[in-house]
Order: sequence, then C-alpha cells, then structure tokens
Amino acid sequence: MKRISGWEKALRYLLLLAVLALTVGPFLWQLSTSLKSTTEDIYTSPPAFLPEHPTLDNYSGVADIVPVWDYALNSLKVAVANVLTNCVGAAMAGYALARLRFRGRKAARLAFVMALLVPLESIIIAQFTTMRDLELNNTLTAVVLPGAVSSLNVLLMRNAFANLPYEIEEAAVIDGANVWQRFVRIGLPAVKGTLAVVAIFAFMGAWDDFLWPLIVLSDSDKFTLTVGLDYLHGTFANNPRLVAAGTIIAVAPLIVMFACLQRYFFRGVGEGAVKG
Amino acid sequence: MSRRPAAPSPRTHRAASPWLFLLPGLAVVSAFTLYPFLTTVHQAFTDTRTLTGGSWVGLENFRTMLDDEQFAVGLRNSLLYVVMVVPCTVLLPLLLALLVRKQIPGVTFFRAAFYTPVVASVVVVSLIWVWMLDDRGLVNGILAFLGAGPVGFLGDEWLLLFSAMALTVWKGLGYYMIIYLAALANVPPELHEAAAVDGAGAVRRFLSVTVPAVRSTMVLVGALSSMAAFKVFSEVYLLAGPTGGPAGQDTTLVMLVQRVGTGLNGRVGYASALSLVVFAITLVLMLLVLRADRREELR
Repeated sequence: MKRISGWEKALRYLLLLAVLALTVGPFLWQLSTSLKSTTEDIYTSPPAFLPEHPTLDNYSGVADIVPVWDYALNSLKVAVANVLTNCVGAAMAGYALARLRFRGRKAARLAFVMALLVPLESIIIAQFTTMRDLELNNTLTAVVLPGAVSSLNVLLMRNAFANLPYEIEEAAVIDGANVWQRFVRIGLPAVKGTLAVVAIFAFMGAWDDFLWPLIVLSDSDKFTLTVGLDYLHGTFANNPRLVAAGTIIAVAPLIVMFACLQRYFFRGVGEGAVKG
Repeated sequence: MSRRPAAPSPRTHRAASPWLFLLPGLAVVSAFTLYPFLTTVHQAFTDTRTLTGGSWVGLENFRTMLDDEQFAVGLRNSLLYVVMVVPCTVLLPLLLALLVRKQIPGVTFFRAAFYTPVVASVVVVSLIWVWMLDDRGLVNGILAFLGAGPVGFLGDEWLLLFSAMALTVWKGLGYYMIIYLAALANVPPELHEAAAVDGAGAVRRFLSVTVPAVRSTMVLVGALSSMAAFKVFSEVYLLAGPTGGPAGQDTTLVMLVQRVGTGLNGRVGYASALSLVVFAITLVLMLLVLRADRREELR
C-alpha cells in the first residue's frame, strides 16, 4: 500500500481525536459529574472537566434512593439467562436446520425466517397479553422469555454449521457417535466464534433492553437497571450527580466486558458481515 | 453460501431427534413471536381492553385513527425520523470507516473507542444527553463560553426531536462503521491506485471508486437504519418524557402504541391496530430498499 505522507498522517490523527472526543467525551463528562461533590458547582462556565475533590458519595447516595444494586442484579440475572437460552437454543436449532435431514426442515426454517420479519415493537402489546394469560407478568421470567431464543441467532448458527466441512462428522458417524454426541463434541467446538458473537449480543441486548421490561414490569423491586434508571431520572431529574452515578453503574460493566472481548468481537462481526 | 447436502445419507439419526433439537427454539418463537403476531392481527379488529375481552368491531379502530390527532403526530414524527436519520447513517459511518481503515499505529484503539456508544445502552446514552443538553448542561456551557445561547434543546418540540435524531445517529455511528469496514476490506486497492494515477483527487476517488464498490452495503445500511428509525421509541421517550414532549408533539408511533395499549384501562384493540400500521410501514420500507438494490444490480 502507498505510504502516507506526514501531513496526511497528522490530519488523520487530528480527525481521529476529534471523533474520539465526540464519541467518548460524553461518557467521561458523565463520569466526571458523578464524581463531583454536592459542594461543587456543576454549572460553571467554562465547564469544569475535572472534579475538584473527587468523591464516591453519589454512588452510595443513589443506592440510598433507589435500590440500584438490586436492579443491577436483576439485569444480570436476565442477561445471563438470555445468554444461556440463546446459546443453547439457537445452537441446537441451527444444528438441526443445517446438519440433519428430516421431513419438515423447510417449514421449520420458514418459521424462523417469518419470526425474523416481525418487528418486536409491533407485537409488544400481544406479548403482554400472552404473558398475562400465562400469569407471568411482572416477573423476570417474562422479561427473558420473548427473546430467549431469537430467530436471528438461530439463522446465524445455522449458517455457521452449514459452512463446516462435511468430512469432520463422517468419521464420527462411522465410529457410531449418535447425533447428540456429534453436536456436542464436534459441531459446537467448530462454531465457537459465532457462539461467542451470539453470547455477546444476547448479553448486551438483554442488559440494554428498555421497552419490553418497561411494559411487563410493574413493581419497582422487579425493575431491571434500564427501567430503574428511567425511574431514577423521573424522580430525581433535578440532581444530575445521582443520575450520573446511576448511569455509570449501568454502563461500566458493559464497557469493561467489551474492552476485554473487543478483539474477538470485531473478528466475529467482521466475519458475519462478510458472509452476510 | 455453500451448497452441500444438508446431512449424510443414509439417515444417521432417529426420526424424532431433529424435532428435539428444534423444540426450544420453535417453542419460544411460536409462543412469543408468531402467536402474538396472530393475536395482534385479530385484536386490531376488536375493542379489547386490558381487563375486558373485546368484541369484533371491523375497521372501527382504523377509522378512529384517521381522526386521532396523536396518530397523525406519531406518524409524522416517525416518518420524519426516517427521512432525517437515514441519509446521515448511510454517509457518516462510511466516512468514519475510511478514516479508521488505514493501518496506522493506534487505529485499533480508535475503532474500539468509537464503538463505545453502541455498547452503552440506549437509556444510559439518552440520560447522558439529557444532562448534556440541559439548559445549564455541557453543550450550553460551551455555547455560553463562546458567547451564545442558552438554547432550550429539550423545551422546544422541534429542537427536542432533532436532538433525539442526532442522538440516534451518534449512537449508531460505530455499528454501521463496522459493517462498512467489512465491505471496504473487499475493495481491491488497485482500483484506488489506478484512479490516483489517472489524477483523480480524494473526492473524485470517493465518488467513482469507493461509493460504487460499497453501494450494496449502503443499501443494507439504509434498510437497517430506516427500519430502526421508523420504530424509534427509547431515545424520544427518554428525552421527551412519557407524554411525548410539549403538548405531546414529540410522540412517535411506537410511543403511541406503548401509551395507548398499556395500563389498567389500556385500549389493547386500538394499540394492536396501531401496531399493524407499524408492521405494514416497516415492511413497505424493507421492500422499497430491496427494490432499490435490485435496480442498482440491473444497471
């Protein structure tokens, strides 16, 4: 590739830093606000980017007002459950669609494709009445169930399994391995990358979801973090320090997780996008 | 996609095995997506309420819609959202992808950092921007320092809606950037070099080499972002509040569905009819974009 001139390099870094300020700056500003004590004026002009006397008071303060750690635990339960159900359910269904021959395979695949075409936003009211009929409303189970096995993940896993060379299973067939053994010992290890992407998306999707938990949860002790934050914002909108502390609690685990996994993540997403 | 046979033949599993594999997935998808969809279609023609089963009212709900001022506002805002947001999400992330594409030191850090708003939940970023756009927030603080403002971003119906759009674009930048990066990786660098030898400048090369090469990706991004923009809920809900801003003028269609269909006396039937409109328009958007794609291929 052509070598880059010094000027172009400088310009590129300047632009990169500008975009960095625009994308990450707001998070740092929120972090800074959450660390400012009540004695510090947060409305100064020019704005003060660093807290004078950093304090963690707002973090304990927000926990005194709303049970933010309980909300975080609720979100964690929902997210972990969502990861497990999606990885297991989507891998199993994807394996059957890609590697097993049976009557009704096309119909089964069609069911997942049709489900993919239905926007969740257009069925939330009916999902709510379905949950009511099952007497599950206002439970964390109801938060997990509608997305427990997403059709997108099923089709992603189907593609991953379909791309595996056929020969790798043949030896196992000859050795007399049954279909469950082939799935667990040969199929799953070969699609780890896609499985990781499914897991990350399932975790982030559940941790970030807002509309559905807002609709299905009514008792404040069942709230997930996103619904709890909206509640906090509505009740204490006049104290940006507390709201800031709450949002940092909500976003920090995700950013840490993402920072650790981003290498695999970008690789997986890139692969998925190329293959379409 | 590869065209291999789906499984070894002769059959190497019991007849029931595939269905056991499919059971969890099919059960969830049928019970919580396909069945609710059929329920939505049915309820759209009834006057069901939260606590009372309804009776068949034919097209009554759709007639109500025509006179419903909030429906008109919601439809206007949701469509406006598509018109304003989509061009930005098709173009800006492409420019960003070009910026982070070259392998210069530190660029992987910038890529990951630009992705942060995508990772953060929409509630978190909305609340951050509520604070940034506050009358005394950071944006107005900077404006004041420059001798301008303050601007009441969240008090005016239009400024509020535009702020929410800007937030949606900002949050999506990193996501679409990654999609473009994958597409750009498939563009042979020789094309650029040839154009450069021919004396084409950066803008010229962008328009006549890069854009044609990633055109189908642009269509894909347009499709994804137009459907997402039309169904917008969280950003506007959080910036404007549950009632949809000044005089409800910032309500979007999905906000209306949520407001009408929930609560003890929710008009489930009417909300289902509104949901069908959301579904139908989403489908139309998808078909339009797919058709645009096909026309490009014929060219």
